[in-house]
Amino acid sequence: MNDIIVKTVARILIPFIQLYGIFIMLHGHVSPGGGFAGGAMIGTSFVLYTLVFGIDKSKKKFSERVSEYAESGGILLYIALGLIGIIMAGSFLTNIDAGFPKGTPGSMFSGGMIPLLMIGIGIKVASTFITLFHTLIEEEEA
Amino acid sequence: MSALLESVLDHINYLGAMALFVIGLHTVVTHSNLIKKIMGINIMGTAVFLFFVAIGNVTDGVPPIITGEDVIYINPLPSVLILTGIVVVVSITVYSLSLVVRIYETHGTVDQKEIARLNDEEAGL
Amino acid sequence: MMMKRVLTLVLFLSLFGLLAHNVMEMPGKFTVDAPAYNDTTQHYLDNAPSETGAINVVGAILADYRAFDTLGETIVLFTSIVAVASILKVTDKKTREESHDE
Repeated sequence: MNDIIVKTVARILIPFIQLYGIFIMLHGHVSPGGGFAGGAMIGTSFVLYTLVFGIDKSKKKFSERVSEYAESGGILLYIALGLIGIIMAGSFLTNIDAGFPKGTPGSMFSGGMIPLLMIGIGIKVASTFITLFHTLIEEEEA
Repeated sequence: MSALLESVLDHINYLGAMALFVIGLHTVVTHSNLIKKIMGINIMGTAVFLFFVAIGNVTDGVPPIITGEDVIYINPLPSVLILTGIVVVVSITVYSLSLVVRIYETHGTVDQKEIARLNDEEAGL
Repeated sequence: MMMKRVLTLVLFLSLFGLLAHNVMEMPGKFTVDAPAYNDTTQHYLDNAPSETGAINVVGAILADYRAFDTLGETIVLFTSIVAVASILKVTDKKTREESHDE
């Protein structure tokens, strides 16, 4: 797409979309939102980038190597947090009983492993959106 | 008559979900374009989500963010289940779209009747 | 052709009638007495802040009480990527050369 208005607006908007996505992702335990919503926002910002600037530039920002690491990393972070539960408390994905700090309910640092799990889910969902879109778009242009 | 109308208004969420479901099924059955079929499946999925979330509704309820005030919270369980379901529908959609891309590459069309005709011709040779 | 269209329309309208008749039997008043608002829900609403430390009950159920569900669902996402890549990304060298020749 070779339109200066679209390019400028996208360039201004994309950082704010991503920032808001991260905000939603990190506040999943105190406000509506969470890993799915935040990850979908970040993924959509990359979809917008791909639509405006083309697949080649987007591939430079989010290469297949990064996508491999993000996808495996998100799910491995989740499983690793579950294994901590097995070691500390004897059952998979234990939260407070496994020694995660509970904090004051309602504050930013609360909920034990819930924010960490939300980050894992968010990385996973975002990279899935981007990779699936890249795969479909690539095929069309080849 | 007014009793029936009142009952319909009480169940308007469920009825809307059923209407969406029938519209989606109609799209899947009557259109031979594969992309439109996928859209129909998506509409059916949305209908199921609406139905599920409507079950969890409570009149004058607030979202389940515990603030300590004396209010009625809506049922959080259907929302959680649907959050999972949305992602599954996205996966199914992308998988079927990729299948359609492959079909278009091999057959040159996304029309189901055309594909069946081409397959018949191939078998007849 | 016209006949067929009318027939499908009648069929789907009757299907809608059947479904509508069934959902009319569901509890219409959305109160806390509804069958879906059971002990499990009440337990989550009462104990989520003290048991998990998260005041967003949806987040608490998603990432604590039913975290195993969410793990399965991330695996669904992973599988979808693998499925799409296996269909669309032809890495076999022979197949790629053949498709270029066409």
